[in-house]
Amino acid sequence: MPNTGFADAAQLRAEMPLFTGPNWDFGSLRRVNDAIERIAFDELGLDIYPVQIEVITSEQMLDAYSSVGLPLMYKHWSFGKRFAYHETLYRKGLQGLAYEIVINSNPVICYIMEENSMTMQTLVIAHAAFGHNHFFKNNYLFRQWTDADGILDYLSFARDYVAKCEERHGHEAVERVLDAAHALKEHGVNRYAHRSRPNLAEEQRRTDERRAHEEATFNDLWRTVPQLGDDKDDPEANEKQHEQLRQQLGLPEENLLYFIEKRAPRLEDWQRELIRIVRNVSQYFYPQKQLQLMNEGCATFVHYEIMNRLHDKGLITEGSMLEFLHSHSSVVFQPGFDDPRFSGFNPYALGFSMMSDIRRICEKPTPEDRDFFPEIAGCGDPFGVLRHAWANYRDESFVLQYLSPQVIRQFKIFQISDDSSKPSLRVEAIHDELGYRRVRSALSKQYDLSRREPDIQVVDVDLTGDRCLILAHYVHEGVLLEEKTCRSVLRYAAFLWGYGVKLLEIEAATDKVLKTYEAAVEPV
Amino acid sequence: MNIVDRRPNPKGKSLSNRQRFLARARVEVKSAVQEALRKRKVADVEHGEKVAIPTRGISEPLFHHNRRTGRTDHVIPGNKEYVRGDEIPRPTGGEGQGGREGSPDGGGDDAFEFTLSKEEFLDMFFEDLELPDLVKKSLKDTTAVDLQRAGYTVTGNPSNLSIPRTMRLSMARRISLKRPKLAEIEAMREALEEARARGDDEEEIARLTRELEHNERRSKIIPYIDPIDVRYRRFDRVPRPNTEAVMFCLMDVSGSMTEAMKDLAKRFFMLLHVFLTRRYRHVDVVFIRHTSTAEEVDEETFFYSRETGGTVVSTALEKMLEIARARYPIDRWNIYGAQASDGDNYGADSSRCVSLLGGDVLPLCQYFAYVEVGDGMGGSLTGLSRDSDLWRAYSEVAPAHEHFAMRRVGDPAQIFTVFHELFAKGGVRA
Repeated sequence: MPNTGFADAAQLRAEMPLFTGPNWDFGSLRRVNDAIERIAFDELGLDIYPVQIEVITSEQMLDAYSSVGLPLMYKHWSFGKRFAYHETLYRKGLQGLAYEIVINSNPVICYIMEENSMTMQTLVIAHAAFGHNHFFKNNYLFRQWTDADGILDYLSFARDYVAKCEERHGHEAVERVLDAAHALKEHGVNRYAHRSRPNLAEEQRRTDERRAHEEATFNDLWRTVPQLGDDKDDPEANEKQHEQLRQQLGLPEENLLYFIEKRAPRLEDWQRELIRIVRNVSQYFYPQKQLQLMNEGCATFVHYEIMNRLHDKGLITEGSMLEFLHSHSSVVFQPGFDDPRFSGFNPYALGFSMMSDIRRICEKPTPEDRDFFPEIAGCGDPFGVLRHAWANYRDESFVLQYLSPQVIRQFKIFQISDDSSKPSLRVEAIHDELGYRRVRSALSKQYDLSRREPDIQVVDVDLTGDRCLILAHYVHEGVLLEEKTCRSVLRYAAFLWGYGVKLLEIEAATDKVLKTYEAAVEPV
Repeated sequence: MNIVDRRPNPKGKSLSNRQRFLARARVEVKSAVQEALRKRKVADVEHGEKVAIPTRGISEPLFHHNRRTGRTDHVIPGNKEYVRGDEIPRPTGGEGQGGREGSPDGGGDDAFEFTLSKEEFLDMFFEDLELPDLVKKSLKDTTAVDLQRAGYTVTGNPSNLSIPRTMRLSMARRISLKRPKLAEIEAMREALEEARARGDDEEEIARLTRELEHNERRSKIIPYIDPIDVRYRRFDRVPRPNTEAVMFCLMDVSGSMTEAMKDLAKRFFMLLHVFLTRRYRHVDVVFIRHTSTAEEVDEETFFYSRETGGTVVSTALEKMLEIARARYPIDRWNIYGAQASDGDNYGADSSRCVSLLGGDVLPLCQYFAYVEVGDGMGGSLTGLSRDSDLWRAYSEVAPAHEHFAMRRVGDPAQIFTVFHELFAKGGVRA
């Protein structure tokens, strides 16, 4: 086995660097991976899926960009658009390509670019094949929502199914459904695990039980009491009946695509399946959206740790270390809000700083840390604490739990409130004694997906009238929907539903309807 | 860990997505292409084009919060001067710090810019154009024939004998019929002689002799190569479509042609050339310029050198006929003619032009286009009060010949439209 041969040889000359010079080859990739593996398992205690490293060209990297980072994807023009967009930026030199893309599947697939130098390949393997990989395997959201074993098979099914539909029903018909489903994709996810539906036997058992109970408690006297529902015009009875109907339909339902897939009256089977595909892909990405900060933070922290340990052991040269530090510092660069390069928090920077700070708190706490983090300050097991955090938090709760005053000071984070009814913005809190907790909870809310995305639900269907689907946008803090895109999305929704769609903007606190949109089905 | 080298994988994985995207954005891309064409120099017609198209038809709407309503908090880094309670004037440009990243899905209204490849650009460019009478020459009256390999046959010309195929079959037959090999027979013969020399007993020698004779007989009965093994390469005769075209560019370079007119003519010729290269495998171009005499010149001279003199159009037509007869036999070449002129002609020559064109040139050509260029001062030429000499003369010929077309062009923006009219699908109107 060449594999063990390499490992042994590497052990024998532990002081020799694993590679010198910028060029990479498959032998050194393997040696580096083995060396990293020992550090990751023995020293950091990481737990990972098996890895498949795939070497690709820059064009293939652009391909991967356009299919949202997945190795297989069904065909749709929007991916072509994304390709054209990224290609233009890349060719103009406005945007470099990512060094790697990593896919949450089992085995984890890690794309690395052929243009990378050997140092960059080492960094990329530490970052993606170990950092991201550990996070994918251990974080509770991924474990709950992402089927790493099945995703590639599912995508290949999806691609073939879409292709088959195109053959049978024509490009345009398929495109129309996919366009519409894409418009609703962010509202095509289950945000909470649903109660599983009882199966037939279970249902039967419950019916029997209910009947037995009714028989056991039967009293003929009740028959003589006037019933509420006897009077057809009784508004209360109608209301109750309506309520029952809504319950049968499973309303309210926040997963719009799910509701449409299951209940839309005029869709054909293949159209439902297409919606389901879009929904499933969207669901696959749902945890990633909530874990960007932690995922990148974890990977960055892990690569930083591993590269330093490789350097300490003399396994990489000083030159490589300098190249690594240069690249690392540009990855964790955080421009200030007034910098033209600013586009929100850099998840690499914030995540890395927070995790490094957790380590500092565990090892060398200050009195302030003991005040803020009594349970971990000075505990001496930073990797245990970090592994626990990686496994059990998402961005929002991670920030709320672990954002330390030290990091707030480091980034000079401040909170401003933007009230559209007032002419100016107001600074609510800055990095001072009074502000730490406010900044922390405000930043946590900023990472909360349920606040970032509009809260839209299916609330009712007019079953007795024109079958209009009624959606509600629950307005928090007076933030309404953007009108133009809202109207276009509703047109798509109406196409899928097959009848009119109405959207009410309802103020969550008072149930007051602020605005109403309507969309009718357009003739094709 | 497993390392896979994906670099040799087939390229262009997202090509079909790109085509879908272009189809989707067709309307926008087309108008952008035509817009680009108006502006750019003709010399680079054949390069790709960067087009900026509005996102209208290709937007992907999603529900978004409107950041200008209600109350939102922004938590951002990089505070330098603010303390709690400070009022900051609202940044102009609306949403300010909460800015959405410039992703393609941002739903912005900005133009979306990307580069079309040369192929894509030309496809858009010539999308609904068709070469008149392209089919006529291609299959019907063609005389050229190509030979094309079409497997093997049992009969044929000795020169087409396929030795590998024949030997393969022969070997298969020899093996299956167990024909003794030459070496085997030799070995037996030696064994027999050895036995004789050793003086083995009669019976053994007789047995060996029998065996040897049996094998020798077998190798005679089962021939090394049998007629049934023989195979010949087979060729089908396929008519070769006539895929060679020659394009004659005729231009008046006399003093009356201004630079602007020549530029217009040049644009027309360039378009025609690009167009023909897309339809034919091989396109020759012949440049003929004329004043009172005509000569064949190279492209550079044709477009850029100036001549003075009178104008006798018929000389150019004669020159064209002469070259066509000498170098481009009509059974092998699709002949296209394009003539550009300002319409001036030596008075007595026009009737000669008419007879030359109608009698000799047009029967030779697949298509002949006459473009009369104006000076562009008046913008459109529709208001022209007087037809030129040549225009009037050619008008006599036009009705009788479907593949003769004449148009007037006044300024560069019209070139494509005129070209489009001339080559629009579904026949030409003269």
